[in-house]
Amino acid sequence: MTPLDLSAAAAAERVRAGDLDAGELWELYRGRAAADDLGAFVWVAEERPGNPTDGPLGGVPVAVKDLFCTAGVPSQAGSKILEGYRPPYTATAVERLTGAGAPLLAKTNQDEFAMGSSNENSAFGPVRNPWDRERVPGGSSGGSAAAVAAGLAPWAIGTDTGGSIRQPASLCGIVGLKPTYGAISRYGMIAFASSLDQAGPLTRDVADAALLLSAMVGKDPCDSTSLGLPEPVTEPTATDLRGVRLGVPEEVFETEGVESGVLAAFEATVELARQLGATVERCHLPHAPHALSAYYLIAPAEASSNLARYDGVRYGLRVNGDADLLTMYLRTRGAGFGPEVKRRIMLGTYALSSGYYDAYYGTAQKVRTLISDDFRAAWERFDFVVTPTSPTVAFPLGAKTADPLAMYLNDYFTVPMSLAGIPAISIPNGLSERLPTGFQLAGPAFSENRLLDAAHALERAIGFDGSAARA
Amino acid sequence: MLALMIDRARVDHVARLARLELTDEESERMVRELSSILEHIERITNLDLADVPPTSHVVDLTNVLRPDEPRPCLPREAALAQAPDATEDGFRVPSPSA
Amino acid sequence: MTDYEPVIGLEIHVQLSTRTKMFCGCELSFGDPPNTHTCPVCLGLPGTLPVLNARAIDFGILLGLALECEIAPRSLFHRKNYFYPDLPKGYQISQYDVPLCRGGRLGEVRIHRVHLEEDAAKLVHLGESGRIHGSAHSIVDFNRGGTPLVEIVSEPDVRSPEQAREWLQLLRTTVRQLGISDVNMEEGSLRCDANVSIRPVGRSELGVKTELKNMNSFRFIERGITAEIARQTALLDAGEPVVQETLHFDPQSGSLTPLRSKEEAHDYRYFPEPDLVPLVVTEEMLAEARAQLPELPAARAERYARELGLADDRARLLAFRSELGSYFEAALAHDGEDPQTLANWVVGELVSRIGDADPAQSRVAPEALAGLVGLLRAGRVTQGGARQVLDRLVADGGDPAAIVDAEDLGAVGGGDELGAIVDRALEAQPEEVEQLRQGNMRAIGPIVGFVMRETKGRADGKEVTRIVRERLGLS
Ligand SMILES: [Zn+2]
Repeated sequence: MTPLDLSAAAAAERVRAGDLDAGELWELYRGRAAADDLGAFVWVAEERPGNPTDGPLGGVPVAVKDLFCTAGVPSQAGSKILEGYRPPYTATAVERLTGAGAPLLAKTNQDEFAMGSSNENSAFGPVRNPWDRERVPGGSSGGSAAAVAAGLAPWAIGTDTGGSIRQPASLCGIVGLKPTYGAISRYGMIAFASSLDQAGPLTRDVADAALLLSAMVGKDPCDSTSLGLPEPVTEPTATDLRGVRLGVPEEVFETEGVESGVLAAFEATVELARQLGATVERCHLPHAPHALSAYYLIAPAEASSNLARYDGVRYGLRVNGDADLLTMYLRTRGAGFGPEVKRRIMLGTYALSSGYYDAYYGTAQKVRTLISDDFRAAWERFDFVVTPTSPTVAFPLGAKTADPLAMYLNDYFTVPMSLAGIPAISIPNGLSERLPTGFQLAGPAFSENRLLDAAHALERAIGFDGSAARA
Repeated sequence: MLALMIDRARVDHVARLARLELTDEESERMVRELSSILEHIERITNLDLADVPPTSHVVDLTNVLRPDEPRPCLPREAALAQAPDATEDGFRVPSPSA
Repeated sequence: MTDYEPVIGLEIHVQLSTRTKMFCGCELSFGDPPNTHTCPVCLGLPGTLPVLNARAIDFGILLGLALECEIAPRSLFHRKNYFYPDLPKGYQISQYDVPLCRGGRLGEVRIHRVHLEEDAAKLVHLGESGRIHGSAHSIVDFNRGGTPLVEIVSEPDVRSPEQAREWLQLLRTTVRQLGISDVNMEEGSLRCDANVSIRPVGRSELGVKTELKNMNSFRFIERGITAEIARQTALLDAGEPVVQETLHFDPQSGSLTPLRSKEEAHDYRYFPEPDLVPLVVTEEMLAEARAQLPELPAARAERYARELGLADDRARLLAFRSELGSYFEAALAHDGEDPQTLANWVVGELVSRIGDADPAQSRVAPEALAGLVGLLRAGRVTQGGARQVLDRLVADGGDPAAIVDAEDLGAVGGGDELGAIVDRALEAQPEEVEQLRQGNMRAIGPIVGFVMRETKGRADGKEVTRIVRERLGLS
């Protein structure tokens, strides 16, 4: 077994035990990252940083989505408008990781400002899916997902606003966890939609996700909305699901556009859960079908405001600085943002504008309440709600770029949890048409430990082998 | 419905509000795309939401406050380092009144 | 000609004197080199988040209580979105439909609302030398950006420019007394806009209002509003409508010029700030603020009138300039015999000598002034002598009794000494004596003048007159 075959947690364990040299591990992954031909990285470290390796993360290097600010290291959120930007400070989540002994290996490619489900909206170009290079890795954390799946990084972090960790994890055959909103500080994460953005791990397996999560969580005085988790993240060890009640939303079967292969893999795993001792029943999330609409009002509205700071004054791109102020603003932002970002800024600006606020943003916020209520009601009968992560497997590059609405429908199963602020995890769920599918479990706020345990039991039973993508 | 109100004039107005320069072609495409997205989205405007309170925060937190204690500031060179156009002591911009 | 009644509402921004900014730990500054008080948060760098300054909230509550507002049990922060180089995030964090304080009153003017927000940065316009490719440039200085502000919006209860000025002075004193701001108009820690309309006397519906900006002194506020009322009156008299617009007051020329209207009407796209959580004012916070509330000018003036019997104008002057009130009370502790006279000496004699300076910072100790008033009452020094003593006190400080002795300023005593001088005066001016005998009392002037010259002003004029009458047997 080479170090490449080791999960990150296993590698960390060996480094701590003295059976594996952290420097050697660094060189292995730095070499692989530098040879990346998937477009997964936008920056790779030249030298091994002098971080401590005796922390819980054992010196196992980590790849970080571009939108996490890293002092002195390019941080552009995949956008041309932040061309050459090197922040003077580091995001809290990254500080925690490096402090826990994971040196920064690379910054990963992403959809511009995390807006996208295919990673085709990056100023750095698309990322290719290691399972099929003509297909997308999902997005927006596509670089992180592809890098981990291809063994270019032992583990990575990304952000999830409406599915941006879970969906690419699903499409790349790895584990992706979106924690409870507030579990991890958002300080230093270049914002997309503030009330939805949440950082999380993308890893080879559930145990890695738990370990990486444990190092990232915590209340941060720099983030007013951060809470941390009520108890430490523990290593998931469950091997069965006895006593666990799973709810399968009716809506999964009433939705058009779910591929039959995806549905078949999902139903097989539901059956597996039964065999592991879980009770499985249909449940009803009556407002879930409206989640996507609410999401595509709330997220763009917040984004339109969050992205107002890119004005060519203090950092990043400036176009026509010698013209008048209005022209400079228009040209800088017109040239700096890509088509999808422009679309969402337009949508969000419109949704907030005078005369439309109540009909759009106000309505969306009320729907958000109803969606939270739906989940709250579900938790009275169930421990977790399970769905496919993505309605489809990875699609060919360019297949949906001309149809924004079709692209948005990729988020159908992931968006409700984002709106409710609850944790959800995607685990690899076997292949369909030789491509990975994902199985999503969502639980009540702060149920991360139980969620990881259940995911661990299922993961063992599914026995997914992702080594083909690392070959 | 409301989506029908997305026309070229509205797109141009919103683009101006958002300080986005759009090419003619971009604006035309935006009319079509926003209309189709909003048409889908607008189904929620038919829901009966009269008694539903809006959610702006999912975290159940109030009064997150910071003590009024100074923290170190950035050295001026660092503050200005990333500026596309800076003088020795500040960020240069076209005069708003010009 | 129709008689018009002005209807004036005021919008005041007050910079709070916290140590740090509203949402970051940068220390507040005034006059420091540009861009030396910034951090990733107040520069609006990508990824940064605001965290509320606890003291700014306390100050807001204190002000709300002082203005007798209703403090919202739960209030929210919103984003006000617009593009301007002095606004680093592209939005200002402010309060919108749920402000911290609503309703209230200060003096005779009702308060509409009070809310918290952050200040913008400062734009310094470069002169000709800054012109590049024919277009002028400005420099942005973010030192001020993010300073905590309260915005106080009055109801349109003000009816004259003078009332506007007086009310603002009362507001300034109130805020200063709360210790929550320097409220210095020159330095911009107190800024005022006015909404002005006029209507025919007797009508209740409001006229079209205009907004006046840039009135950065109490005098300019009065002048600006006066000019605007005149402008609107002339328009209406000429049968032309008043147009709703924002006007810029130029104190040099006294003229009002419309601010160039923006390309599009303002559409601030307010929405709840997702980076901040709601503010809930607890009973404990309220109780703490109530305990901190000092006696405010309005209450103080009333107390001076009620308990000390001061005339209203004296009472208000002392109360509205709180440093005068504090000084007065310190002096009163040493001599409580005659508050009215003491008050006159503080607001009359002392203020005429030290101007706007804080008397506590002058060389005249409160007990010295009290002592002087005591000497005056005891007849040990005359009014004129006391003024000279005060001159010395202002210049060098010291003890009034000692100055009287050292400078020989003591009143020339009654009885023999003064009588002898009066006798000499009568002797020296027989013509005046004759006129007096004939009943022309004006002739007493030169006689008293003679005595004053002889005594170097240390004689009591009343006493001199009494002796003259006695000597000449006038009734
Ligand atoms: Zn700061």
